Amino acid sequence: MAPPEASSAAFPNRYASNALRHAFGDVLSYFILLLIGVLAFSIRIFSVIKYESVIHEFDPYFNYRVTKFLTKQGIYEFWNWFDDRTWYPLGRVIGGTVYPGLTLTAGTIWWLLNSLNIPLSVETVCVFTAPIFSALASWATYLLTKEVKGAGAGLTSAFLLAMVPSYISRSVAGSYDNEAVAIFALIFTFGLYIKTLNTGSLFYATLNALAYFYMVCSWGGYTFIINLIPMHVLLCVVTGRYSSRLYIAYAPLVVLGTLLAASVPVVGFNAVMTSEHFASFLVFIIIHVVAFVYYIKGILSPKMFKVAVTLVVSVGLAVCCAMIAVLIALVASSPTKGWSGRSLSLLDPTYASKYIPIIASVSEHQPPTWPSYFMDINVLAFLVPAGIIACFLPLSDASSFAVLYIATSAYFSGVMVRLMLVLAPAACITSGIALSEAFDVFTRSIKFQLPGVLSNAEVDVGETSSAVVEAQNVAGKTDKPEETSKDRPSRKKKKERVHEEKPSTKAKAEKKRLLALPLAASVISLLLLVFLGAFYVRHCVWAAAEVYSAPSVVLSYRSHGRLHIFDDFREAYAWLRHNTDVNDKVASWWDYGYQTTAMANRTVIVDNNTWNNTHIATVGTAMSSPERAAWEIFHSLDVKYVFVIFGGLIGYPSDDINKFLWMVRIGGGLFPHIKEADYLRDGSYRIDSKATPTMLNCLMYKLSYYRFVETDGKAFDKVRQTEIGKKYFKLTHFEEVFTTHHWMVRIYKLKPPKNRIRGKTKKSKPVQFSLFCSKNNSDVHLQVDFNLLMLWQKTSSRNSSRSGAQKKNPWH
Amino acid sequence: MGKLWVILIASISILLPFLGNAFSPESPTDRRVLVLLDDSAIKSSHSIYFNSLKSRGFDLEFKLADDPKIALQRYGQYLYDALILFCPSVERFGGSIDLAAIIDFVDSGRDLIIAADSNASDLIREVGTECGVEFDEDPSAMVIDHIGYAVSETEGDHTLIASDDLIKADVILGSKKMVAPILFQGIGHSLNPANNLVLKVLSASPSAYSANPKSKLSTPPSLTGSAISLVSIVQARNNARILITGSLSMFSNRFFRSGVQKAGRKTKHEKSGNEQFLTEISKWVFHERGHLKTVNIKHHKVGETDEPSLYRINDELEYSVEIYEWSGTSWEPYVANDVQVQFYMMSPYVLKTMSHDKKGLYSTSFKVPDVYGVFQFKVEYQKLGYTSLSLSKQIPVRPYRHNEYERFIPAAYPYYGAAFSMMAGFFIFSFVHLYSK
Repeated sequence: MAPPEASSAAFPNRYASNALRHAFGDVLSYFILLLIGVLAFSIRIFSVIKYESVIHEFDPYFNYRVTKFLTKQGIYEFWNWFDDRTWYPLGRVIGGTVYPGLTLTAGTIWWLLNSLNIPLSVETVCVFTAPIFSALASWATYLLTKEVKGAGAGLTSAFLLAMVPSYISRSVAGSYDNEAVAIFALIFTFGLYIKTLNTGSLFYATLNALAYFYMVCSWGGYTFIINLIPMHVLLCVVTGRYSSRLYIAYAPLVVLGTLLAASVPVVGFNAVMTSEHFASFLVFIIIHVVAFVYYIKGILSPKMFKVAVTLVVSVGLAVCCAMIAVLIALVASSPTKGWSGRSLSLLDPTYASKYIPIIASVSEHQPPTWPSYFMDINVLAFLVPAGIIACFLPLSDASSFAVLYIATSAYFSGVMVRLMLVLAPAACITSGIALSEAFDVFTRSIKFQLPGVLSNAEVDVGETSSAVVEAQNVAGKTDKPEETSKDRPSRKKKKERVHEEKPSTKAKAEKKRLLALPLAASVISLLLLVFLGAFYVRHCVWAAAEVYSAPSVVLSYRSHGRLHIFDDFREAYAWLRHNTDVNDKVASWWDYGYQTTAMANRTVIVDNNTWNNTHIATVGTAMSSPERAAWEIFHSLDVKYVFVIFGGLIGYPSDDINKFLWMVRIGGGLFPHIKEADYLRDGSYRIDSKATPTMLNCLMYKLSYYRFVETDGKAFDKVRQTEIGKKYFKLTHFEEVFTTHHWMVRIYKLKPPKNRIRGKTKKSKPVQFSLFCSKNNSDVHLQVDFNLLMLWQKTSSRNSSRSGAQKKNPWH
Repeated sequence: MGKLWVILIASISILLPFLGNAFSPESPTDRRVLVLLDDSAIKSSHSIYFNSLKSRGFDLEFKLADDPKIALQRYGQYLYDALILFCPSVERFGGSIDLAAIIDFVDSGRDLIIAADSNASDLIREVGTECGVEFDEDPSAMVIDHIGYAVSETEGDHTLIASDDLIKADVILGSKKMVAPILFQGIGHSLNPANNLVLKVLSASPSAYSANPKSKLSTPPSLTGSAISLVSIVQARNNARILITGSLSMFSNRFFRSGVQKAGRKTKHEKSGNEQFLTEISKWVFHERGHLKTVNIKHHKVGETDEPSLYRINDELEYSVEIYEWSGTSWEPYVANDVQVQFYMMSPYVLKTMSHDKKGLYSTSFKVPDVYGVFQFKVEYQKLGYTSLSLSKQIPVRPYRHNEYERFIPAAYPYYGAAFSMMAGFFIFSFVHLYSK
């Protein structure tokens, strides 16, 4: 290492000009960062502009409800909140089962704004939390990538991340979900880890543990951190890159991080008990052993060391074997091998579809398709390999982390489409590195070829600082053995000197010579890269504006030049809120549980927090059962209202009929009398005239298609593109109470038990006839326990002609 | 605020069953009864029965069944609290009354007495079927009993039956013992055994059967023995009460006054049991007996008086409810030793018989189970002849708060010791390591 004092003294002029340039570069990069933040925020408010300031989708409604509770009742009440309006009659201990990070964040923002006399509603704060945090996330990306490959790469990746569609999809205004803050926490934790790794500073290590704590608070995805970082540490150790900086970066994180994680109620003892965290402890032991070995190596002569090694290895192996055997026995004794179902399905992608239909049923837990990669990360998919190569030139601790991050997240994203979100930052980081390196090379070769045109002063900031980090990493490697606690305090200063000193030396000159490309090629490549960037920007803006901004509680589509808005969900929830008793229980498939509690304020049986498989299976069974059995199940759960989502009239594909097979599977998983095969005709799922009788008689079919034939006279289902199998039927145990404007939500009420029990019905002929021909008398709600004879008289008088009668949808 | 809501909702849910009923706990007397007759002669021929009703405060209004002006309700309000159909042969009611109107009348919680006869029309049979009894399908059949018939001057065809096969329930028949047999002449009906709402009050003897007395038996009769019900009562789920019998003449003055001697028995009673029987049972039908009400459902922690909005697991609580029975003139305390309360979440976690103070106050205390969730206090009281009580009151049970657990557990002292000694050791070690040399 060159003595820093000498170098600065030797080039005073250069130092001054460098300082000026640095100051300018810093200001510029901060300004760019600010703009990136503005960009990240503003690209996400398409949803507010195009629709309205409203909470989106399903989970955000729960988070919103929790936040409202928090702001109203305070943190202690929130911590101890036992919610009796969901999972009836079990209830849910919200305080102990929710990741509180998001809620606390938004609650704090709201409280801060209010104490500054800015009276924003909780909803507004919730809507805009995600865009704010995406700005923070892009700054965190800058921090991370700057540590890996310098400020230029940092700015590029921050820019890419600010508008990567995958992340936009989870963080548009209104998408108030855990991921919104968790991605920031994830990147920030990684960034601080790299920072600690580069500096070896305990201060950053502590910050890192705190960032990790915030991540644990925010999202279950924190296990990704606590597995990836140990993997990286192990990689460093195996490749002989062990250093005290690595130790400082890792050991405090495990100790402090685990302690902090265990104090989050939802994690608790899981932080030390489950297999997800096991890797971190194993690596923790390994790094101590390695550190000890290095220490011993330092104090013993090589010969003695060899003797010691053989001695320790033989004894150590025996002990290790014993311990591992015990551990394996412990782990193997638990049925899931200590892993949670979601984690297992990550390790074995077929696990969920085989054993846990409830995980497999969620669309975001499906493996993604190839087009979705192009949709979600766009050109980054092509830049990532280049970025990985750039990371190997030269490979440092930090860049090896980037490579490891992209490799693992690429695997995980291939398992679950939801984890595309974890891939996106990694892709942005590597692509940013690739782009910035490419720009570096091209601009440098242009400059090299046109020395007269471009003055020396226009060296871009990225170049300098990227070289800095490399140099510093090289330095870090060379001084590894003699690096002791003594030189740590001086590191910061030293680093700064290294900045100026290294690029001017031989290495840089050599590099320049090597990387010089022909002028034309450089210019064209530059232009192509700019085009690529432009294409990316265009795609991102389009995705943000058109694809990911729909709140999904309000649907819209354009046909014949007109914009149609389907606000059926809120219509239905408002109906429930205004027309039912406050303690009535409402059953639906679990997808709509959160929305029902938040928007309709009614007690639900199951909701999107799918913690109790039995309960969900019960509802699934009820939906797959014939009316009477379903009525009994619902009645035993005190349900008053049942609603189904039906898209057949307007062609809304994610309705309950399309989800129905999952209800059958989940229900059948616990109640074997529900068999999937009964609902399939020759293995295909159909609702037309070839459908099985079980299918045509199950509750879901009946509630979805009750009176459907009255809409167009043919009962043509626009989603399934077919006429339904059974068009005319009556409900015996349910009555329709409300159907929304576009028939998307159909609410039914359970009929009370009959007041009287009839004597044996002796059906006379006219009664039989009435069962078949009474159909489109839409305004008469007939009850079966009424006199069927009277019924026949009514219907026959109303519908004199059986076919060709004017069948008009009364809702149109 | 929340507590207020709970109270409000609870009181509404308690009152709701009564609000729609004709029999309201607030004004149980002065009830209007519509009597539909086949012809006006019945009014005089059955006057004893009618007078006994009138003397108990009922306001009887007699109409011919085919009177075009009769109506059960006007402007959506029912005009009557009870209906007596003494019109077995009516094919079609006059005015706006039809089968559905009568059924709606019952489903609104109002009471009904139906007397069919051997010439019962299809309409009356349909009403019976709707209420859960089936009259013998053969239109000319009557109940015949060659052993249990009532002795009379002429030998006759043994369709006049003297029956004493009564249900054993004081709440229905009154506490006074029936001595004389009851005279019956008419058609029999059968009940669906699966139907738990309908009760056979007076059943035919094992030797009875239902057939046409004027023709010879060619096929075995479909209704035989004690499966034949002569008089049945129905208590609908909304506590509307219905009396169904296949004999109109059993209400007549002639049967009321006539003496009775059952064939094969020595004792001759001066007066048949009809008057006592039908009067007592009309008291039941018109809710003068066996009608329970509950008030003041209370629950609170032991040692407190206010009702909490939710309980914590392992709380001790007290539950009390007051039950009264309508005696025809006033609400009397209901006394029984079999009223149970459940603490229920999908299944009863606690099931306790409540003790009472003989003044109608039933109470018990128990410990909330160590399970959290949304529980219900449930009283499901269904006793023969009484209106069914079905009270449920939702109450959430929460787990411990974070600061309600024990702070120091004795069993964990080794761990506390380990932790603190570790901390101390580390401190000393660091001190020694840093400042030695």
